[in-house]
Amino acid sequence: MNEPTLKSNQHLGVSLKVHGLHKSFNGQEVLKGVDVEVRPSEIFVIMGPSGSGKSVLLRHMIGLEEPNAGEVLVEDKSILTPETMEDYRLAMVFQSGGLLNSLTVGENLGLYLTEHRLKPPGEVMRIVAEKLEAVGLKGQEDKLPSELSGGMRKRAAIARALVIEPQLILYDEPTSELDPLSAVVIAEEIVKLNERIQVTSVIVSHDREFAFGVADRMAVIFDGRILAVGTPEEVRSNPDKTIQEFLNVDFHLQKAKSDSKSK
Amino acid sequence: MFQNIGELILLFWRTVQSLPLSWRQRHKIFDQFFEIGNASLLMVCVLSFFIGGVLALLTGPVLVQRGLANSVGGLVGISMCKELAPVMMSILIAGRIGSSMTAEIGSMRVYEEIDALRTMNINPIHYLVLPRLVAIAVALPLLVIFSILVGWGGGALVAATNHQIAVSFQSFFSNLREVVAVKDVANGLFKSFVYALVIGVVSCHQGLQTIGGPRGIGRSVTKSVVNCIVAIVILDYFLTRLLLAMFP
Repeated sequence: MNEPTLKSNQHLGVSLKVHGLHKSFNGQEVLKGVDVEVRPSEIFVIMGPSGSGKSVLLRHMIGLEEPNAGEVLVEDKSILTPETMEDYRLAMVFQSGGLLNSLTVGENLGLYLTEHRLKPPGEVMRIVAEKLEAVGLKGQEDKLPSELSGGMRKRAAIARALVIEPQLILYDEPTSELDPLSAVVIAEEIVKLNERIQVTSVIVSHDREFAFGVADRMAVIFDGRILAVGTPEEVRSNPDKTIQEFLNVDFHLQKAKSDSKSK
Repeated sequence: MFQNIGELILLFWRTVQSLPLSWRQRHKIFDQFFEIGNASLLMVCVLSFFIGGVLALLTGPVLVQRGLANSVGGLVGISMCKELAPVMMSILIAGRIGSSMTAEIGSMRVYEEIDALRTMNINPIHYLVLPRLVAIAVALPLLVIFSILVGWGGGALVAATNHQIAVSFQSFFSNLREVVAVKDVANGLFKSFVYALVIGVVSCHQGLQTIGGPRGIGRSVTKSVVNCIVAIVILDYFLTRLLLAMFP
């Protein structure tokens, strides 16, 4: 296996194309012919209700799932060929963080560099400390993931992705289980990272405020099909009834309560 | 079942192919090795001592009645090294170590840690399976040597102290030396090496196949231990026949 190398000229984001993606689990079709194109260095948000196939699509985008039909191309090379994983540095921030619970936060962050022997141990420690500071977790190297709060685990997972110096980074529900303040911090981190290293970012989320706040372009997925793709303004003004319902639905509990009291 | 066997062979072959990476994974191999030793040494000691003792206790009086009292050393010696130590220790390790391997890898699979490794282009076979398989393949034969020695000690103590047998330590070990050859010990060690590979591959494979939450992990652990024990017992018959044919 060829080891990946860290070259500064590889920092620019890569393009990602999804063509005619179909996926079924136990006879149930989850993706029904998805076509998406993500441009280099943009923040692309995939939005949709729970169970619409967002996370499955994201897992296909980094080669964790094999489609029944269709393909995912990174810079026109199939994601499923081993060369793609070796030629491009890709990272994913999992909904749960995906930190290895048996390793300390520092070991988790340095895992990519140590396993691929890219840097000597002293340099790895320096990089780990730097990335932890960048996400506001300075001095947390020796803690175990179980000792961190949900928000801290998410930030540690982002820091682990930063260590890879990725060209494509995928985020699975980065603000789920977070309070609004932590969600804003994570959103800022994502935007800053995109500006700093021009990484291509694909984010899956059902958090509308977050999605419209960070996206350069976005797609709305519903029942395994892409209903709309465009800038946030274009998606917001899309006349499709399902999209409008998803974007505008809100709690009306107070109204319902007062109505029932007046009766 | 055939699909499972095929997957097991494939996993074993891929792990064998990654053997040149063992030196790079040496820290993890040592960690696993010491964990296996730490977790099982005391149990191996107690179990082996009593297996040797029971063997002497059951066979001693019968041999004494037939005027073969001095043969008890050879009987305990050969039974321990050719059959009881390799099989009993393998079953013990399947329950103690194989289950923990499955649980650890299974929980990593359920909580997306293995997916995280794959996205970092870290091969889970190199990172998780190789260290465990190498460690258990070295540790189990060493534990079996230890088990054989303790089992002989247990048998000798019972033979010397039980008034129905009353065979001295000297005559016990003198007969044992006459009967047990180096090839008999090698026979047991070879068996335990094969069982170690079976435990390692079955446990890791089951862990990697885990789906669902905590219940899925529990199911995987049970399945892994049962499959290991069944495989060891069936394989034991065929290995014994093969070794008898090769070294009569």
